Amino acid sequence: MDISSLSVCYLIASVTYIVGLKMLSKPSTARTGNLIAAGGMILAIFATIFLYKFNGKRLGNYEWIFSAMVIGCIIGWLVAKKVKMTAMPELVSFFNGMGGACAALISIVEFDYLYREYRTVGSLFSDVAPLGHYLAIIAGTIIGSISFIGSMIAWGKLAGKFKDYSFKGQHLFNTVILILVLAAAVLTYFSKTENANIYFFVTVALALLYGVFFVLPIGGADMPVVISLLNSFTGVAAACGGFLYDNKAMLTGGILVGAAGTLLTILMCRAMNRSLMNVLLGSFGGNAKTASITKDVHGNIKEISVSDAAMLMAYAKKVMIVPGYGLAVAQAQHTCHELEKALEEKGVQVEYAIHPVAGRMPGHMNVLLAEADVNYEKLLEMGEANEEMKSTDVAFILGANDVVNPAAKNDPSSPIYGMPILEVELAKQVIVNKRSMKPGYAGIENELFYQPKTSMLFGDAKKVLQELLAELKNI
Amino acid sequence: MENVFHFLSQNIDMVYIVILMIFLGIEIIGRVPSVLHTPLMSGANAIHGVVIIGAIIVMGKAESGNYLALILGFLAVVLGTLNVVGGFVVTDRMLEMFKKKKK
Repeated sequence: MDISSLSVCYLIASVTYIVGLKMLSKPSTARTGNLIAAGGMILAIFATIFLYKFNGKRLGNYEWIFSAMVIGCIIGWLVAKKVKMTAMPELVSFFNGMGGACAALISIVEFDYLYREYRTVGSLFSDVAPLGHYLAIIAGTIIGSISFIGSMIAWGKLAGKFKDYSFKGQHLFNTVILILVLAAAVLTYFSKTENANIYFFVTVALALLYGVFFVLPIGGADMPVVISLLNSFTGVAAACGGFLYDNKAMLTGGILVGAAGTLLTILMCRAMNRSLMNVLLGSFGGNAKTASITKDVHGNIKEISVSDAAMLMAYAKKVMIVPGYGLAVAQAQHTCHELEKALEEKGVQVEYAIHPVAGRMPGHMNVLLAEADVNYEKLLEMGEANEEMKSTDVAFILGANDVVNPAAKNDPSSPIYGMPILEVELAKQVIVNKRSMKPGYAGIENELFYQPKTSMLFGDAKKVLQELLAELKNI
Repeated sequence: MENVFHFLSQNIDMVYIVILMIFLGIEIIGRVPSVLHTPLMSGANAIHGVVIIGAIIVMGKAESGNYLALILGFLAVVLGTLNVVGGFVVTDRMLEMFKKKKK
């Protein structure tokens, strides 16, 4: 009776994940979808605690389980509630790393059981340990470890704790480590039973090392792609746990995330017109940086004062705001919304052009602007925005750079050539707000800044917006 | 080769689930607007927190003398809970902001 009600609970949980993910892909149902999946998760967790039977016995150690869950809940809740919306990408990475670590720890403990059971037999490990069981354990360990350490590095990079680091022959080095990881995993299986644990821990160590060198060379702005990829890795690691315990809820949830995460990763790469391989080999941040600056863009830049910029926008019919990472860093989304309202009071039509990879994550700008109460309908996706651009009087670029670089269209030697961009040069006037003339993430100059219709408005996005607001009130 | 068939026949229902879930996962995500990429990634991140079930099982079946299982299991439950709770709460926070806009 207990066992069958447990299966029913797992079945319900699996359905909620599918329904939840499906609803998450529509704006109107997304929030409910998330709650449904969360409900399914709670059901699965409590069903496991109270109904799961191992060798006919119920689970014990309730005090340990509950105290661990309380600790996890408090920390998770506080962190998730307190963190600023701009720090969202690194937070997702952090939580993903926790999931990966969880999967790896489970597999390590399960290996220990296997090892204890057979270590005194005195024959080869492969003769006694069931292959399917071992495969699930070792895959969970390796993938979980890579996902954990990789996510932690990605988190550190986004939080500005480490810089990109790469050296010559890194790809070869990485491949060698990966081969060593697999070799150690095979060796564990074919070793003497009493030594199996040594090889196993060598495998764990190598997998961790691989995770570090896998993520380190990849450029900071490619981190969303990496996080999404590691997210699907953790899904697969969870699914390995599903195999291990013959647990359908873990299996469905894990594989679903694994598949969806992989596709999401590819979609993100496609939005930048790059292949996944290209991102992973780090050519954006690596060789491109040194090779591509050859084409010098020279000319004069024109600065504009805050009051002129305010005047220009106040008398425009249509202003298109192009937000980028600079807006996120300056936490300027609320001020930006105030500017939008102030302009609208003057009869100016204001819209936002959102590049799919603007900011640090696909959709990052949407999340930020939504936080500032910007109307969802005002956020135009790239195709729509480019249509509107021709009838726009002022394109106001707030801390975006590479996503408006015309080199992506005109210069085949540019590393971002072929990436779809927001064609702001179609607008009658372009005002660019940046902190300095430093190139954007891709490390290339932007000839847009030198065009005659472009004016530069230097300064921190938030400060500039506040000054603009003050000026607008005087007009 | 025989091993492979043996493995398949023993786990055939699991293999079915894996294959169907791969297609389902791709199908569901295929139609997502880019607006929702971040919340979706975050939501998927919370869902793979289901790995906590494994952590609970490890913890629950650990004998009182097995310190490795107890300590690692405890840590695994803490981390798994972090993943689940943090993931869902963050996703909800992101989506809450979209919701307001739709009215």
